[in-house]
Amino acid sequence: MSQNIISSDWEMVIGLEIHVRLNTKSKLFSGMKASYGASPNSQVSFLDAGLPGTLPVINYKAIEYALRFGLSVDAEIPTVTIFARKNYFYPDLPKGYQISQMDDPIVGKGKIVIKTDEGEKTVDITRAHLEEDAGKSIHDKYDQYSAIDLNRAGTPLIEVVSEPQMSSAKEAVAYMRAIYTRVTHLGICDGNLQEGSFRCDANVSIRPKGQTELGTRAEIKNLNSFRFIEKAINHEAKRQVKILESGGRIVQETRLYDADKDQTRSMRSKENANDYRYFPDPDQLPIQITEAMIDAQRAHLPEFPEAKIKRYVETLGLKVDDAEIIANDLSLSKFFERSMEQSKAAADLNAKFLLGEFNALLNVHGKAIADSQISADDYAGLLDELHAATVSRKVAKQILDDMWESGDQAKAIIEQQGLGQISDSSALTVLIDELIANHPEQVASYRGGNEKMFNFFVGQIMKQTKGQANPVQTKQLLEDKLNNE
Amino acid sequence: MINLSIRTMAEMLKNQEISVQELCAVYSDRTKAFNHSTHAMITINPELNAAEILQAQSLIGQDEQLLAGIPLVHKDLFCTQGVKTTCGSKMLADFIPPYNATVVQKLSDKGMVSIGKANMDEFAMGSSNEHSAFGAVSNPWDLSRVPGGSSGGSAAAVAARMVPVATGTDTGGSIRQPAAFCGITGIKPSYGRVSRYGMVAFASSLDQGGVMAPSADDCGLVLSAMTGHDPLDSTSAQQPRLNWEKPSSPEHKGLKVGVVNAWIDELQDEGIKQKTLDAIAHLKANGAEVVDIKLPHAELAISAYYILAPAECSSNLSRFDGVRFGHQTKAVDDLESLYRQSRSEGFGEEVQKRIIIGAWALSSGYYDAYYLKAQKVRRLISEDFKQAFAEVDVIACPVSPEVAFKQGEKSDGVSMYQADKFTIPASLAGLPCLSMPIGFTQGLPVGLQLIGNYFDEQSILQLADQYQQQTNYHLQLPEAFA
Repeated sequence: MSQNIISSDWEMVIGLEIHVRLNTKSKLFSGMKASYGASPNSQVSFLDAGLPGTLPVINYKAIEYALRFGLSVDAEIPTVTIFARKNYFYPDLPKGYQISQMDDPIVGKGKIVIKTDEGEKTVDITRAHLEEDAGKSIHDKYDQYSAIDLNRAGTPLIEVVSEPQMSSAKEAVAYMRAIYTRVTHLGICDGNLQEGSFRCDANVSIRPKGQTELGTRAEIKNLNSFRFIEKAINHEAKRQVKILESGGRIVQETRLYDADKDQTRSMRSKENANDYRYFPDPDQLPIQITEAMIDAQRAHLPEFPEAKIKRYVETLGLKVDDAEIIANDLSLSKFFERSMEQSKAAADLNAKFLLGEFNALLNVHGKAIADSQISADDYAGLLDELHAATVSRKVAKQILDDMWESGDQAKAIIEQQGLGQISDSSALTVLIDELIANHPEQVASYRGGNEKMFNFFVGQIMKQTKGQANPVQTKQLLEDKLNNE
Repeated sequence: MINLSIRTMAEMLKNQEISVQELCAVYSDRTKAFNHSTHAMITINPELNAAEILQAQSLIGQDEQLLAGIPLVHKDLFCTQGVKTTCGSKMLADFIPPYNATVVQKLSDKGMVSIGKANMDEFAMGSSNEHSAFGAVSNPWDLSRVPGGSSGGSAAAVAARMVPVATGTDTGGSIRQPAAFCGITGIKPSYGRVSRYGMVAFASSLDQGGVMAPSADDCGLVLSAMTGHDPLDSTSAQQPRLNWEKPSSPEHKGLKVGVVNAWIDELQDEGIKQKTLDAIAHLKANGAEVVDIKLPHAELAISAYYILAPAECSSNLSRFDGVRFGHQTKAVDDLESLYRQSRSEGFGEEVQKRIIIGAWALSSGYYDAYYLKAQKVRRLISEDFKQAFAEVDVIACPVSPEVAFKQGEKSDGVSMYQADKFTIPASLAGLPCLSMPIGFTQGLPVGLQLIGNYFDEQSILQLADQYQQQTNYHLQLPEAFA
């Protein structure tokens, strides 16, 4: 192991509970819109506000999305699924209970493969269940009061529970990324970490290396970044080692990670834990999951990165590294595939330019590919110019910058600025004849066996043409002229 | 004018012998006049709603619009848009819903005119209507006695003909027992028959809206208009709406009536026992084949019910926390005391008792022993009925082991719970059931319970209607209200 986060006498055991916000148009039970960022309490139905007499009616879209997730992790799907009430009091929980699932969750045992330093590893998924989110409490806006925003109340989540099978923070991150890739590729989650669309609780414990029984765990709540989760887990493991090595005892508790201080602090211990008094929600009948429902969702399964990488390498001829980078990023692979459809350029050229020049441009502007100023179609236009050798890669990079700023198409920019490569052999021949006539010493040297001198001639032509001479053609013509007196 | 059937009133309205305004005014005046003695109402609309009257009047004479212009009151747990809906609780003393319950909307669409909201045991918990934050209801047959509960206000209002018909709700007998105590007819349909949307929940898996009126025919007409699948209630059944058909003859030839003789045998009140046997003899005399049936697990019903209903209520009533609506305490230091104080002040003792029982039955370590076991009992009781209905069309049995008792007579909750033993089994099974008047003992009404198979409200209403074609117990009025 390369990482020595904790001493090799100890072993970390990590299990994750990931909350995935489903991007359905409406909430889980109320039919109210579920978009993010609306003004406070503007998306609240009578049910969301917990008004007496209101009743939940399941949004079948959420059932479909959850099934889709289940299929994507090879999970067991039950024939009947049941909603349960999780009872607790909190001001942002209007009904006094959250509708969730206990027995018979919509997704049963499944598995997912992650990449670790030691190679591939299969992590077992215990279950995934549907539940409604609570509202939001805002404690720092008003002096005397807490504010409640119920827009989020009732929005649909799936909670994906893993077995405690990760043995390092890195593995936990790899697992979280694997789930993230699944749900974003499935199109069931917008993947927005800042907005809390994908967040996780980590159960962390340590045990002496070789011991089979699990140590006492602490649960770290509400981690919503891949970086924080790694830091939080490592921090927590170190804290536990310190306690055990000094003869202390770990208390089962819930802890919060403070990213600013890079530490976790206790939220509540098991003794103070809520008794949620789960029981089947009597407002809803058990929901039958039919074969037809499952088949319909199977038809929605997209190509996942593993398959995509294979196809990029085997069919398109991409390098494995490039294929992985593109395939693992849904927006990037969509952009890539769209530009492939629209352009005649070879996949390899496309990938190189996309991950090289294009990516550099995005970094300069601090933008993600999804927010690119240049559309995949316009980018394909530039690729075609590269493919037709109208411009060199160097010039293409300038054109790309220009496209970003002006929004113009590559072809128009080339025409306006006269950037097309000189592929006219008669024009090149004139230049080459002139060059040979003006440099008799260098010509003699080359013809005397100094082959390095060839590059001098190429360089001179490029200099004169400001890089617009077609390099392949230039070399060909130079060879002809220099080798045949 | 005041003891007319819905069909007769509809005929008079159609023939312009009376207007909707006049008919509703008669009952509105009676409601105002008699509320001092009965306390049957929590809210009486001060004025008849002109728009409602107009709309009802415009529906008169249109085909089969028998309900247009008929006044009614709703039990005060049906949400009524713009009209206070208290559930008999201080907690909701000032709650004005922004929407109508499906039942309220459906009846309003038919042109029925609401003249107020009926008193009830707080959040429908109780069998005497003494547990109302707005005062106990008196039984019109003897004002010192209870009307039964929890739909006691509805029952008393109909018994005193303050109104010709009222909605009620029944969780463990809350329509049938007060109907029996007040000498009227009351039906609880099959679970899922009537939408629960807008009915403030007590125990969701048991609550059903229903009708209380003098006759089975009145009940059948109003119930038909209340039924039909409601997309807003997931437990509402995918059934076509009930289409009550009044039978033309009092004969029940070929009808098999199962009688739970064991229940009749255990009746301590000789008067009730005799009236029950007489009513069964009457059914027999009119052609019914009477057979003895057994419901072996029914004796466990009360124990199971008083786990399941409180468990659901403990969760359903969590929303009343003083944060968004309902009673909020003034003495607040922190969140915990806001909850504790608001709930302690807002809920009455019986409600608090059931919340505590329910929360305890669901708590970890007790869930399997209580809640799960009670669910098993519930299934066994449903099985008992299933077997019985393989043999018979309708089941006849007592409603209550007692007649209306004196206010304040029962201080101990358990003896009150015991009195629900004949009504709870059908509730747990979700079967349609009604209570109809079958005579008087010591001057107080006695009821008979009829239980039907799932979604077969027609059979029990039909049997009751045939009985009522030949008897007039349901038309008796207490002297003070005649």
